[in-house]
Amino acid sequence: MLNYVLRRIALLVPTIIGISICAFAFVRVLPGDPILAMAGQHGVTPERYEILREQFGYNLPIWQQYFNYLWSVMQGDFGISLATKRPVINEFMALFPATMELAFVALIFAVVIGIPAGIFAAIKRGSWFDQITMGVALTGYSMPIFWWGLLLIIFFSGYLGWTPVSGRIALTFFLKPITGFMLIDTLLYGNWAAFVSALRHLILPAIVLGTIPLAVIARQTRSAMLEVLGEDYVRTARAKGMSPNRVVNVHALRNALIPVVTTIGLQVGLLLGGAILTETIFTWPGIGKWMIDSISKRDYVVVQSGLLIIALIVMSVNLIVDLLYALINPRIRVQ
Amino acid sequence: MKLMKTLMAATAMVALAAGAAQAKQLVYCSEASPAHFDPGPVTGGNDFDASAHTIFERLVEFAPGSTEVIPALAESWDVSADGKEYTFHLRPGVKWHTQPYFTPTRDLNADDVIFSFERQWKEDNVWHNYLEGMTWDYFQGMEMPKYIASIDKVDDLTVKLTLTEPNAPMLANLAMQFASIVSKEYADQLEASGDLAAFSTQPVGTGPFQFVDYQLDTVIRYSAFPDYWDGKQPIDDLIFAITTDASVRAQRLLAGECDIMPYPAPADLEALKADEDLTVQEQEGLNIGYISYNTTEAPFDNPEVRKALTMAIDKAAIIEAVYQGAGQDAKNLIPPTMWSYDDAIAADVYDPEAAKAALEAAGVTNLTTDLWAIPVSRPYNPNGQRVAELIQADWAKVGVTANIVTYEWTEYRERGKQADRKGPFMIGWTGDNGDPDNFFATLFSCSAIGVSNYSSWCNDDFEAAISAAKTSSDPAERTALYTKAQEIFKAEEPAITLAHSRVFMPMKKTVLNYVMSPLGSHSFKGVDVQE
Amino acid sequence: MATTNTSASAPASGLREFWFYFSVNRGAVIGLTVFAILVFVAIFAPWIAPFPPDEQFRDALLKPPIWDAAADPRFILGTDPVGRDMLSRLIHGARYSLFIGFFVVVGALIVGVVLGVLAGYFRGWVDVLIMRIMDIILAFPPLLLALVLVAILGPGLFNAMIAIALVLQPHFARLVRAAVMAEKSREYVAAAKLSGAGHFRLMMVTILPNCLGPLIVQATLSFSNAILEAAALGFLGMGAQPPTPEWGTMLASAREFILKAPWVVTFPGLAILITVLAINLIGDGLRDALDPKLKRS
Repeated sequence: MLNYVLRRIALLVPTIIGISICAFAFVRVLPGDPILAMAGQHGVTPERYEILREQFGYNLPIWQQYFNYLWSVMQGDFGISLATKRPVINEFMALFPATMELAFVALIFAVVIGIPAGIFAAIKRGSWFDQITMGVALTGYSMPIFWWGLLLIIFFSGYLGWTPVSGRIALTFFLKPITGFMLIDTLLYGNWAAFVSALRHLILPAIVLGTIPLAVIARQTRSAMLEVLGEDYVRTARAKGMSPNRVVNVHALRNALIPVVTTIGLQVGLLLGGAILTETIFTWPGIGKWMIDSISKRDYVVVQSGLLIIALIVMSVNLIVDLLYALINPRIRVQ
Repeated sequence: MKLMKTLMAATAMVALAAGAAQAKQLVYCSEASPAHFDPGPVTGGNDFDASAHTIFERLVEFAPGSTEVIPALAESWDVSADGKEYTFHLRPGVKWHTQPYFTPTRDLNADDVIFSFERQWKEDNVWHNYLEGMTWDYFQGMEMPKYIASIDKVDDLTVKLTLTEPNAPMLANLAMQFASIVSKEYADQLEASGDLAAFSTQPVGTGPFQFVDYQLDTVIRYSAFPDYWDGKQPIDDLIFAITTDASVRAQRLLAGECDIMPYPAPADLEALKADEDLTVQEQEGLNIGYISYNTTEAPFDNPEVRKALTMAIDKAAIIEAVYQGAGQDAKNLIPPTMWSYDDAIAADVYDPEAAKAALEAAGVTNLTTDLWAIPVSRPYNPNGQRVAELIQADWAKVGVTANIVTYEWTEYRERGKQADRKGPFMIGWTGDNGDPDNFFATLFSCSAIGVSNYSSWCNDDFEAAISAAKTSSDPAERTALYTKAQEIFKAEEPAITLAHSRVFMPMKKTVLNYVMSPLGSHSFKGVDVQE
Repeated sequence: MATTNTSASAPASGLREFWFYFSVNRGAVIGLTVFAILVFVAIFAPWIAPFPPDEQFRDALLKPPIWDAAADPRFILGTDPVGRDMLSRLIHGARYSLFIGFFVVVGALIVGVVLGVLAGYFRGWVDVLIMRIMDIILAFPPLLLALVLVAILGPGLFNAMIAIALVLQPHFARLVRAAVMAEKSREYVAAAKLSGAGHFRLMMVTILPNCLGPLIVQATLSFSNAILEAAALGFLGMGAQPPTPEWGTMLASAREFILKAPWVVTFPGLAILITVLAINLIGDGLRDALDPKLKRS
């Protein structure tokens, strides 16, 4: 197993280098000028412009700029944001927990509803429950989530007034972040009212972000279940007179869930992409919104390092999923 | 262990918050995150609101709700007869904020004032470049290095500013946010500890509010400064809830999540005005949205063609569809609230027939041109694309084909400055200091060609009038000169003056004494909340 | 279950068999019907739409749909902020969405198939190089990558389509590569090789048709994904630019009216949902009909 893990990680090295080249190259070819982007309505004098170019190293040959960048990244220095002059990694660390929390709750929402729905749909195959569930799932899967989010805001926040419009917690609560996860922090402080407030703020964004994963998981669970229910050993168990519930619980479920777990792991990239839209709609202070704002502000350093960090995260999660899968299913390792 | 400590500190903080349950709180849904909290180098209105108008103050200030300059940290000042020497007498006993990261040992003095300017001015000052890649945009933009000869300390509470030549707008410049006074003692402390960057993230000022906490892109917290020289503020806590989307801001205000917000979307105004718990203040903005012809490009080098094309535009329709009632037809370059505004100028008329005839008379038929649409929403032009679409349709009626072009915002401005740019260019301006010079000279002087004179227009008579007005200190004489400048402008039409936008400030009825600033800044000094 | 065919009528009855399985799926038939209507509407948009999509009625700004009391009877679904007929814009918008979907799928399909075949057939360093590049593309969240690419190319419909095609093609490449590797070791390929078939002929004529099924399913999936992503880019201001009546762009430029005039926001979103749903229904039907494993049950 260790060998397998090491081999998988070694395989990633060229990919990581490729990703860093991409992130670096994208930013170089972005139209617009980072130095002019920093200036306000008065502009910059040509002399000052040259000085700044030199200061940021934009006058160096492109390959040298890349190696300088790679070298500082390897030392953990992701550069300084052009707009705020703060280290990019600090901004990332400040905002990432918000995205994580949103994505995590969205995923829980998707799993808690998606898996049981998929299982029942499979067991009651062809029933009205199955048809409705699968119809709803396909609709969810086809949903333009930015529009879905707007509709939910109109209805629940605007019309009914049940949920807050945006933000992570009511402003009356002033809690210094400990973990950065609002739900955990409020509990650590023992502030129940703050916890409820944080939860209320999370509900709509989590539903919006969780909609597509929910649909995917429900559909995947159903077809995995159907496949397993058709296998010989399940038929045998049934034939031997095992109660239908036991068949589902003991045999089918366990085997059906393996592909489902993989599916869940592969949702991470999609969740981060969906977070861009969700965070934009709900003005959720996470990294999706941070990236969008930085692209439009032409904050080159943030775009470059943000892309790199996000790609590394997606890759690591995929690696972990693969390894877990290999752990469950030893046949993979040999290949 | 560290967690334990944080927890205990936090518990203490919660206890404090509970004890201060009666604290008066004002929540402002601000439109963007500040870059940081040093008002010198930043450029955005949101940056200034978060630092210059809460934490910091200047020698002189604009009086609330006007562009008149009044005493602030300087109690009084004298100007020499030749207009080149300004002597400021500082207010005694002005305290600096006491923060966990800084304890002041002295009051405001002349050293602070000199430091505040020298750090922006002198390139050998350690603080001139204390953040990577920083620029002193406004200090440069207002041409301070050109005008300042020296800044000297006369005594602890007296500072003398010597200019290289008389400059009528100088006092107004000193009331601008970039001229905020910062603490030299705090700077020295940071220099000793080597953490210069903290100057921009842990600010220390003399202003009515002191900095408490900033959660990136989420919320800024301030508390009233108890030892403020003008007395403690009526509210205890000031909170900036950062909400970038205008519609979301409006919904937050309606839902009671904030007390006051800037820049509502025109579409939301009706709902906001209709709500019985809210009131919407409004004011003419100190801005202009305009479209610069390239006066060196045929056929736009002919003033008759320019005037005919302007006449072909249905400005009323643009103001309705784009500004949605939050705009006002602009007949002059400067807005009507500014002194020297020439109300005698006739408004542009919409007459496609006459325009077509005038174009034909000038020998212009089948004209095809680019039309530059501003790619971002600005206060003076909320939707450049929509304006361009409307003009495109209007011009088509007089036989002019316009192709809409646009680029990324920095590139847009760079390309617009080129002398050989093709086609009319949509742009605008927001006043910095309330002086007409800040419009006329900045946007249409000969020396601004290639910088911010997008019309490449250089008219001798116009130039003579605005130069004379800049050096004169007699308001009547200046008014006469600017009136003349406006007449020349209208006769020559180097640009289509499109609209001045109106600025709205919706707030709860419980918010008392809020005064809108014509300069577009948001200050909460003196604001109270009814309980 | 499967009917036995005589070899002479194999292709025709293959199709008939496919249609048999496809038409059993009620959802798929509904999807296909809706899709056919959409295609019809898109093709004949200028004749169906009551007005040109960019004609501005300055006297009728933001009129509500016909069932509202304040409606203007000329405009069935109301008008937008500059007085353009919503229905006409939606009808013309169908053209854009279908065109986007079609172009993106064709682009992604061609690039993906070529790369996948090359990688799977030649293996070695060609395979390593191509698959590493695919890994890199897949490491970025698709929407984020598309956003950055569009920012580089400049906002616009065409650039958005290129970006989306690029982001979607690795799925085709991976699929084809796996299929080619599996087929390559089959006897019929070895036989063709022995009889002197060239590399190109082998790949294009012999191997490729055998992985057509999964490719078609993937193409349908990409079709709906492309429409969603293009709309998302439009929503973020990076896709088609106004006044193009692309649905996502319409939604974005009308977002400020969400409370005052909900119809300018509701209809374009609904149009996107219906289109994408129809295509996904077809996709499900295709999968059931083409996947031999599911046919059994």
